[in-house]
Amino acid sequence: MSEFVYLTFDGLSRGLVYAAFALALVLIWRAARIVNFAQGAMAVSAVYVAYSVTNATGSYWLGFGAALLAGLALGVIVERVVMRFVDHSSPLNGVVVALGLVLIFQGVLGIVYGNEFLPFETPFSRDAFVVGGVAMLSRYDLFVFGTVGAVVIALTLLFTRTAVGLRMRAAAFAPDVSRLLGVSVGGMLTLGWALAAAVGSLAGILVVPTELGVHPTAMDVVFVSAFAAAVVGGLDSPIGAVVGGLIVGVLLSYVSGYIDVTVAPMAVLALLVVVLLGRPGGLFSSSKARVA
Amino acid sequence: MTGRTAAKHEAETAGTAQAPVPDAGPVLPKRRRRVHPVIVIAAGAVLVVALTYMLPPFRNYQLATVGAYFCVTAGLTVLTGLNGQLSLGHGALMATGAYTLALTQNRWENLPLSFAMAVLVTTVVGAVIGLAAARLRGPYLAGLTLAVAIVVPSVTSTFDETFNSDQGLSVFLNPPPEQYPIEQWQAWLCWGAALVVVLLLALLVRGRFGRDLRAVRDDETAAKLAGINIARTQVLAFVVSAVCAGVSGALFAYLAQSVSPGAFPLTLSLFLVMAIVIGGLGSLFGALWGALLLVVLPALSQSVGEQTGSQRLEGNLALIVFGVVLVVVMLAAPGGLASIPSRMSRLIRRNR
Repeated sequence: MSEFVYLTFDGLSRGLVYAAFALALVLIWRAARIVNFAQGAMAVSAVYVAYSVTNATGSYWLGFGAALLAGLALGVIVERVVMRFVDHSSPLNGVVVALGLVLIFQGVLGIVYGNEFLPFETPFSRDAFVVGGVAMLSRYDLFVFGTVGAVVIALTLLFTRTAVGLRMRAAAFAPDVSRLLGVSVGGMLTLGWALAAAVGSLAGILVVPTELGVHPTAMDVVFVSAFAAAVVGGLDSPIGAVVGGLIVGVLLSYVSGYIDVTVAPMAVLALLVVVLLGRPGGLFSSSKARVA
Repeated sequence: MTGRTAAKHEAETAGTAQAPVPDAGPVLPKRRRRVHPVIVIAAGAVLVVALTYMLPPFRNYQLATVGAYFCVTAGLTVLTGLNGQLSLGHGALMATGAYTLALTQNRWENLPLSFAMAVLVTTVVGAVIGLAAARLRGPYLAGLTLAVAIVVPSVTSTFDETFNSDQGLSVFLNPPPEQYPIEQWQAWLCWGAALVVVLLLALLVRGRFGRDLRAVRDDETAAKLAGINIARTQVLAFVVSAVCAGVSGALFAYLAQSVSPGAFPLTLSLFLVMAIVIGGLGSLFGALWGALLLVVLPALSQSVGEQTGSQRLEGNLALIVFGVVLVVVMLAAPGGLASIPSRMSRLIRRNR
């Protein structure tokens, strides 16, 4: 029983990270109808920035802030320099270009930092509090809950309560009409990429210290898990992404805890297959057809 | 030479048959006399055998590697270029073929049987993935196959009594006949397999099946109206291309005399996509260029790394070069290298 409680909390904490990452995927999907396969590599790059800043200054928080800024900058650069020029007549094109970016990012990171796992500390203890003999949450889990919760609330407010959020939704939903009404559609697209990349970087900096450390490919499995989360939730739905992330996180936590850690990627694949074949629209999507 | 005219012709058709971006060019290519694939393949075989006698051993080994890559890039070209299904899981399918070869070979020590088993097993695995893939499009398919690629190390460590987790397996091979150097023998075997695979693909793609593939890629509704069974066509395309990947993986296991999950990372699957995109989606000759690049670029970047004495550069420079080339080709010439001659000639014609 106590193991079950512990695994559940651990899964929820992990799931929130997947949720944040899935949210980043959903943001770009909604804005540009591209699944950003380079998200993982971009997030890892931001984490490396954090690693350098933290090592230079000795402050985790400076590194944390630097990672978010790096994420924003990467989002802008990737959208302005590359993604803007992709021919969208086939959905394959965006995917292939993103894969090219993955290779570039991983190559550059490998040259600058080397292909080994570099240690990255958490700012808070990862020892779980014990309540009545049952291990529950660690301080770090609480930090993850708080941060991702804050981001989700901030994004919700941004999209539902602010003029910029309205413009971003309009630009994604009806680009031509929005342009006629004076919305800078290109600018909104760039903003969407920047926001998404920053959220992805946040997820990266939250998840990397809980695993082996920073490595150019550290986010590959996280990406697949988050993609699964986004698909479970329906790629269109931010709420779905959060719920999907929690589902994937808890599932992986149970699989790793009760069977073995090495089985986790197979569980993700199985979940993806079941969801995509059983309910391809995801649990929260309103659209029926899944053609694009 | 026959090879050249055929290459020119392939390039011509690639202009209109290229996958992701329908070109604004003429809808139907001018009908040219088409060289029969058997002739092209025979010429290729003669060329390869001649090359193996001229090249030094290490080059012959590299030539063998090109042949092994050619199998998988040709298969992926048919799947992605002609049928429009993007697979990021072909590295995993290669691993399937490689592990099957290793396991069968170590038990029965019969190379033809091992290859047959590799083909059989990848057919089954390809059919399973293909059945799922046929219901998915675009990024969904890419994501699912990406998960397949990620799963390889997980499978090998979970069933480590069979697959011996990260260490992998070594492959027992009988030495080739004494009068031939081993590298030459390897080149013959790999290219023999590659040419047979490509010949079969070329014959398959010429006929009705090839037309079905393209029809499904270009417009599913129209294809359905024309009486094409879409799901069956897509599953078949996946199986065909999975078998090619399996043969290729088995060849790599044979070449390296060992298999391990480290030989089939996600990057391999991305490299394969890069190879077929650069070669020009949908052209088997493009697949050859892609296979060649897969061997030449890493070798070049390794020699650059050795010259500068930087170990980090050695492995990673190739990644950057591949990535940059992939992005630039996708943005500038989505038809790939093979489409450049036809694009140029069209430009010249238009300007005249």
